Amino acid sequence: MTSNNQDTQWPLWEVFLQVKSGSPYGHVGSLHAVDAEQALQNARDVYTRRQEGTAIWVVPADAITASTPEDSGSFFDPANDKIYRHPTFYKIPKGVNVDVH
Amino acid sequence: MTYTDELIEAIGEYLLRLADDRMILSHRLAELCGHGPILEEDIALTNISLDLLGQAKLYYEKVAEMSEGEVTADDWVYFRDEREYWNVLLVEQDNEDFAHTIVKQLFFDVFEMLLYGEMVNSKDNDLKAIAEKSIKETKYHLRHSHEWMLKLGGGTEESNRRLHDAVELLWMYTGELFYTDEVDEILVAAGIAPDTSKFRDEYYNTLNKILVESELDKMDPDAWMQSGGREGLHTEFMGHILATMQYLPRSMPDEKW
Repeated sequence: MTSNNQDTQWPLWEVFLQVKSGSPYGHVGSLHAVDAEQALQNARDVYTRRQEGTAIWVVPADAITASTPEDSGSFFDPANDKIYRHPTFYKIPKGVNVDVH
Repeated sequence: MTYTDELIEAIGEYLLRLADDRMILSHRLAELCGHGPILEEDIALTNISLDLLGQAKLYYEKVAEMSEGEVTADDWVYFRDEREYWNVLLVEQDNEDFAHTIVKQLFFDVFEMLLYGEMVNSKDNDLKAIAEKSIKETKYHLRHSHEWMLKLGGGTEESNRRLHDAVELLWMYTGELFYTDEVDEILVAAGIAPDTSKFRDEYYNTLNKILVESELDKMDPDAWMQSGGREGLHTEFMGHILATMQYLPRSMPDEKW
């Protein structure tokens, strides 16, 4: 067990599922486990009982570095007024063929 | 293949044995629902319980089908008495503590893996299909129980001691998994049921390998073994299991909710 537990629980793991082959992994929740194999088994039991996924990642929660709420002003607000970063900002010149998917 | 009356009778008996083993073990695991050591493990044990219940249901339904609608799966489960249940004694043993729960499960899982490994070649299409579906579930059950053996055995002094005590207590119930009588002989000869004697050595070698990995002593496959379940002679636990399991449908037959 790692020493950075603040309570008597086993270490915390974050669980990511791939819904189908080729699609990106999405975060679905967290769980407790003593090691990676058990985290994988627990993830299978807790998060894939209803065929929610076809592949699993488990990551020790303390291996994730997250932005904090205090960061949000400086991190995300500057993007507010930069609508030209969206492709829809630009008008497509006449005569250009675009396949819209 | 064509089924003689003798074959049909033997299959019926054989299916009930398979079904009862899984039904009672499923019930034992279900008792832990809400009592697991941690939330994640609680769900894991309940998942295994549900897998076994599903397998039992397939066998009961096949017997019910063969008896031409006179009985249902529920009749087999809820309206038979102790002496009419054919499960092995291993599966009815008390959960006692988490180590006992895991050891009991491991002893069953290793056997089931080998059994289904052979049953996928059954000449009976239904049994073959059930085996093909169930072997995937069993593979996961074994991965779960095996992993816990390693963790408990290599864990603390207390977890190793509890695991050791569970192995010592439950070992004598493994022999009955290989029980055979004329039912098995008829079905083995017809290519319907696996010949369990073929994988007896592999069963005990596998268990002993896991015991050593789990920092426990090897056990003797030729030690004295307890039996009786296949003849309907059960341990003191069985009556209590059935009392709990059958209470509701017996007090309120045909109740729906």
